[in-house]
Amino acid sequence: MSSPESGSYDATEAAPHGKPRATEWPLWEVFIRGQHGLSHRHVGSLHAADAESAIKNARDVYTRRNEGVSIWVVEAAAIAASSPEEKGPLYEPSNDKVYRHPTFFDIPDDVGAM
Amino acid sequence: MSEPLFEFLCRMGDNTLVLGHRVSEWCGVAPVLEEDIALANTALDLIGQTTLWLNLAGAVEGKGRDADALAFRRDVWEFRNVLLVEQLNGDFGQTMMRQFLFDLWHKGMLIALQGSSHDQIAAIAEKSLKEVTYHLERTTDTVIGLGDGTDESHNRMQKALDRLYPFVGEMFVSDDVDAAMVAESIAPDPADLRPVFDARLDEVLSDATLVRPTSDFAHKGGKSGQRHSEHLGHMLSQMQWLQRAYPDATW
Repeated sequence: MSSPESGSYDATEAAPHGKPRATEWPLWEVFIRGQHGLSHRHVGSLHAADAESAIKNARDVYTRRNEGVSIWVVEAAAIAASSPEEKGPLYEPSNDKVYRHPTFFDIPDDVGAM
Repeated sequence: MSEPLFEFLCRMGDNTLVLGHRVSEWCGVAPVLEEDIALANTALDLIGQTTLWLNLAGAVEGKGRDADALAFRRDVWEFRNVLLVEQLNGDFGQTMMRQFLFDLWHKGMLIALQGSSHDQIAAIAEKSLKEVTYHLERTTDTVIGLGDGTDESHNRMQKALDRLYPFVGEMFVSDDVDAAMVAESIAPDPADLRPVFDARLDEVLSDATLVRPTSDFAHKGGKSGQRHSEHLGHMLSQMQWLQRAYPDATW
């Protein structure tokens, strides 16, 4: 996920969901690179017993309509996420520093996507 | 016996039709959401393949029947699927074992059919093989995972294997239809597919810590249509109900 506002991960300290039940498969986050996509995007999450079956499940749940050419899965518990409460100190200082954004240049078409 | 090519195509199409319908019975009630979706995908793949096989069968027959007419307007004794695919779903393990045994045969058959002298059959085989390769990967992993899993899952998988193994033999029995297909290089002799099937089955069962039954007794009568099990009639009464009650109904 690209911004802390869009949600938090189950397994982070910021959003404790308790321990999974013993009979429950771990949660995996799924990232898919689309046909013309440049990078993998987070598309959702699912449960699976291991990484291999997580990829198979991701294939079935998220790519049946030809969405992807590449799948990444990562166990949700392995993701470190910033905490939504720290939004202010982390991001607001950059709001008034427009010179940090390269908006004053005309980008030549030949450069392509940036 | 009607025309051998028609018979053969009905066998291919009825296998995928009956198994596709059986698998679709899991829709909404599978043990976990991810498996539910995966099973529905498998069912849809199989029904898609059915459309190709049975439309071709109808065209070969030349009596104006299409895939829908063949699927929904034939009675039990006209079906040509092997007995394995009409067996009840049972528990999830039994469904997975049935699927694995069929996928393993199916893949070998489709690989051979890619080299068929009949262009359309070769094309259908090539398209189906991509789907079936994935089906087999998935069921192989599941059979190994559950077989080599907990005591409970292991016991259930062994039970499923013991129960379904007597239906394996029929997939490799050759008859007059097969001989006619071999003579025209349309399809392989099913018996020739057995060694590859056996070798892979032994590997997977060994990884799954499951024991292959020693008896090679095989129930027969599905692909010839002579003796289906009682389950098929019940399934068809559900599957065909709408077209029987309201013939030619459309959306």
